[in-house]
Amino acid sequence: MIITEQKSFEEILRMLEPFNRIFIIGCGECSTVVQTGGEEQVKRMAERLRSVGKEVVGAVVVETPCDARILRRDTRNLKDAIESSDAILCMTCGAGVQDIVEHLKKPSIPALDTKFLGIIEHIGEFYERCRACGECILYETGGICPIVRCPKGMLNGPCGGMYEGKCEVGGYKRDCAWILIYNRLKELGMLDIYRAYRPPRDNSRLNVQPREVIWVKT
Amino acid sequence: MPEVFISELMRSLKSGKFTFTGELEPEKTTNLTRYVEAAKKIKDYVVACNVTDNPQSFAYISSLVASYIIQRDSGLETIYQITCRDRNRIAIFSDLLGAGALGIKNVLALTGDHTTLGDTPQAKPVFDLDSVQLIKMVRRIVDEGVDMNGRPIESPPKFFIGAGANPNANPIEPELIKFEKKVNAGADFFQTQVVFDIEKAKSFLKETSKYNVPVIIGIFPLKSYGVADYFDKNVPGVKVPKDLMDALAKASEISDKNLRRLKYDEINLNYFSSFIKELKKTTSAAGCHIMSVGYEEIIPPLVEASR
Repeated sequence: MIITEQKSFEEILRMLEPFNRIFIIGCGECSTVVQTGGEEQVKRMAERLRSVGKEVVGAVVVETPCDARILRRDTRNLKDAIESSDAILCMTCGAGVQDIVEHLKKPSIPALDTKFLGIIEHIGEFYERCRACGECILYETGGICPIVRCPKGMLNGPCGGMYEGKCEVGGYKRDCAWILIYNRLKELGMLDIYRAYRPPRDNSRLNVQPREVIWVKT
Repeated sequence: MPEVFISELMRSLKSGKFTFTGELEPEKTTNLTRYVEAAKKIKDYVVACNVTDNPQSFAYISSLVASYIIQRDSGLETIYQITCRDRNRIAIFSDLLGAGALGIKNVLALTGDHTTLGDTPQAKPVFDLDSVQLIKMVRRIVDEGVDMNGRPIESPPKFFIGAGANPNANPIEPELIKFEKKVNAGADFFQTQVVFDIEKAKSFLKETSKYNVPVIIGIFPLKSYGVADYFDKNVPGVKVPKDLMDALAKASEISDKNLRRLKYDEINLNYFSSFIKELKKTTSAAGCHIMSVGYEEIIPPLVEASR
């Protein structure tokens, strides 16, 4: 799940300052689940914008705004309203915002901050679990990701900042990823994997931005 | 073939002599005079001296430049500390060649504290390598004369390669496995985090002696009760023993400045000389790393008292 957080209303208004006629797009996937861009949040946003004098010319929750096909399908019947707007307020993740810009050709304003790829423990309790690094090593680390859960992205065990199993970053409140990994692999009888040297990551494969996945037909 | 000694530190450790090292922490300055003076004061008592690389992620003068100038102007060999926090593998490699050109003989390869702990927490944490990978990189530079991709270096540098270790780590097993990884990666020697508890030092040395790599145990003489109290409260995993703390607290009540200073020195000399004697007598410790930052004057009498 892509975890998002709504920006403050003040910040949203500052970004919308040059625009009067606003169209709002929400997201039927992640932002609906995380309650940052579902039906209810879109409706409330429309009300708040109207209450400060903005004209809301339309609003829709697109099933998956990051999927260009669905975005086109779900906005087809709303072309006139979108056309008449000055800007689109996107209650979606950053991928959604950019898909909207590309296909609807309107100034598009992000109402949310995209935080991370995470899991939902409860609504209101979200944890980052994947950095989308493109080189998954979870099979060597007992299913615990050191890239995302170790602030230094250590690959060969805990650093000197580990104390009683906790991490120096953030004041020894969070678990040290490498202690979690050690305990898990020990439980599984897989400490041989733990002992193995892990070479530096190949950033030539990871950091060539922006990343693309394109299937080649065989 | 006779062994070639890359550095005095290497010569001392290989000879099996109990070896003392010191530590200097140049801060936000371009004037290294006081660090050079401190190095001169201790040079007859320690074999080499660490120069820290932006410790606790505080932005200070470059450790490479400071290592060079202190070594050049004091005549004391330096141990150039290099961390993975601020530089990617290109910059680290480049600095290592620079260090070789400047006549640096020893490096201590560390991961480094996290950026958020320091005085510039907004900085991007790099950590392109971790300490184990860095050790391996330096090993290849020295042994094979190549960069990380196997490309030859014209006139490669020679370094005696150090690594860090923490006998206080709890749990200790992952730390011991990391120690083994560092040995396998090519560490020539270890310097440990500060230890006050002799039993922790003993059990760590017992576990690591099988690798036959010299381990230098870190100690931290406490200049005053204030320093001890700060240390006790702010350095996780390292507790100042109660009897030492009590003695320092009592000394802090002495109103005469000179007498108070004498008492502090006496307490430190007593405590740490017996600590060192015990290390020498009962363990395989290769030496003692005296991290008396700002308290270098304790090193000569302490080394004398530990003979």
